[in-house]
Amino acid sequence: MAVPRFWRNIPARYNLIGTKCLTCEKCYFPPRTTCPACRRAGKIEMHKFEGIGEVVTYTVIHSASEGFDRQTPYVLAIIRLDEGPCMTAQIVCDPNEIEIGMKVQSIFRKIAEEGPDGVICYGTKFAPKR
Amino acid sequence: MREVAIIGVGCTNFGEMWNRSFRDIFVEAGLSALEDASVEGEEIDALFVGNMSAGKFIDQEHIGSLIADYAGLASLHVPAVRLGAACASGGVALSQGVLAVASGYYDIVVAGGAEKMTDVGTGGAIDALASAADREWEVLMGATFPGLYAMIARLHMHKYGTTREQLAMVAVKNHLNATMNPKAQYRGEISIDEVMSSSLVADPLRILDCSPITDGAAAVVLAPAEIAKKYTESPVYVKASAQATDTISLHDRRDITTLDATVYAAKKAYKIASIRPIDIDLAEVHDCFTIGEICAIEDLGFVPKGNGGPATEDGLTALDGKIPVNPSGGLKACGHPVGATGIKQAVETVLQLRGEAGKRQVSGAEVGLTHNVGGTGGTAVVHILSINR
Ligand SMILES: [Zn+2]
Repeated sequence: MAVPRFWRNIPARYNLIGTKCLTCEKCYFPPRTTCPACRRAGKIEMHKFEGIGEVVTYTVIHSASEGFDRQTPYVLAIIRLDEGPCMTAQIVCDPNEIEIGMKVQSIFRKIAEEGPDGVICYGTKFAPKR
Repeated sequence: MREVAIIGVGCTNFGEMWNRSFRDIFVEAGLSALEDASVEGEEIDALFVGNMSAGKFIDQEHIGSLIADYAGLASLHVPAVRLGAACASGGVALSQGVLAVASGYYDIVVAGGAEKMTDVGTGGAIDALASAADREWEVLMGATFPGLYAMIARLHMHKYGTTREQLAMVAVKNHLNATMNPKAQYRGEISIDEVMSSSLVADPLRILDCSPITDGAAAVVLAPAEIAKKYTESPVYVKASAQATDTISLHDRRDITTLDATVYAAKKAYKIASIRPIDIDLAEVHDCFTIGEICAIEDLGFVPKGNGGPATEDGLTALDGKIPVNPSGGLKACGHPVGATGIKQAVETVLQLRGEAGKRQVSGAEVGLTHNVGGTGGTAVVHILSINR
């Protein structure tokens, strides 16, 4: 992935900035330019998520893609944020600790060892909410 | 709209073919389909080719022209289109070919699919396959393709009590079917224990839950039903062709354990064909991972949601079961050259309906269904084929 492609998503990746539709009041992450529910009738504005959510499902990755292979085994999950939308992210915890329904909170971390063009990618992971 | 028939089929062997190129395998499949249909090159009105990612696998785009050229059709200036929908590219090519003939715009159409996956290393192939998912918000967050299906499996087990053994039974059944398919990539039986002790890829999925990396191509020849008998004594009629989409990201789905694209495509297909799931004699479904087949038999309406595991355990989907699923060995054991898979499913179904499937023949099969999925369910294509017009 080219550097600008990663860089242009930095607000979303670093600070969990997504969007909210003023017409239906639904929140979306990552940001969208059109509300999938209201389409042309939607009114989109930026929305910062609190970063608190719950594990919907998870896996422990043993065989990873390039850039992630030095982190294995690691926990990957689908998290439902308290504001509604779901996202995919890593959970920083012991693989034996993870379970469906676990409360988690976002943390700022290095995501990929050597991402686009050798640049280290930072972004959001989650950890068990203490 | 006109009724459409499949008048010829062809398929290469599936496997790792180091000595054969993308163009070699596509031409082999295409020519054998034309020979099966007794169709001459001059009669072909158009080519529709399913291909997921020649750009990543062989560094080649402009596939329509390449294939027309090496099939000897460029001198006739036959129009050729390449269609991409990740692992559902073949199904989409078939669907578009069927629509083109049904509309009356073309008469004789070749719908094919091909993927040459072993010209890149395993890492390159895994990266190409990952582009079926959302690169920015799944892959770049640490997801792998098996990892996404593993999350479907984990939640399915949690919600419905599906067991690890039941997942393994899908692989065991499909490998058994593949022992009877001379074109299959894997021709040996495996046991539940072997699946359960194979190496972990993405918990709970293990390496023997995953379909392999495969080279292969397949093709079918389509014609209006009213002239099909001019070419073959045993045309197979396309009773329905339906495609549906869903969110590209797994996390945005209504329900992680249901592929709504499959549900919608199937409902539409059953309605067009005026049949019920119970009328299906055999199905070739998208078992890119063992959990994929469990979800498929539920979402296609063969069993209620959540019953896919127990139904598999009870033998419902076995070759001698009530609805034999993946008699070819499926993606799991026959192999999964991604862009070719949707067409290969149609080839297998046609052979079954013609009674030409050898040792793996489903006896008395009259109606078959094919189910092809792109990504984790962002695209699904369902076809219903029958020997009865
Ligand atoms: Zn809205």
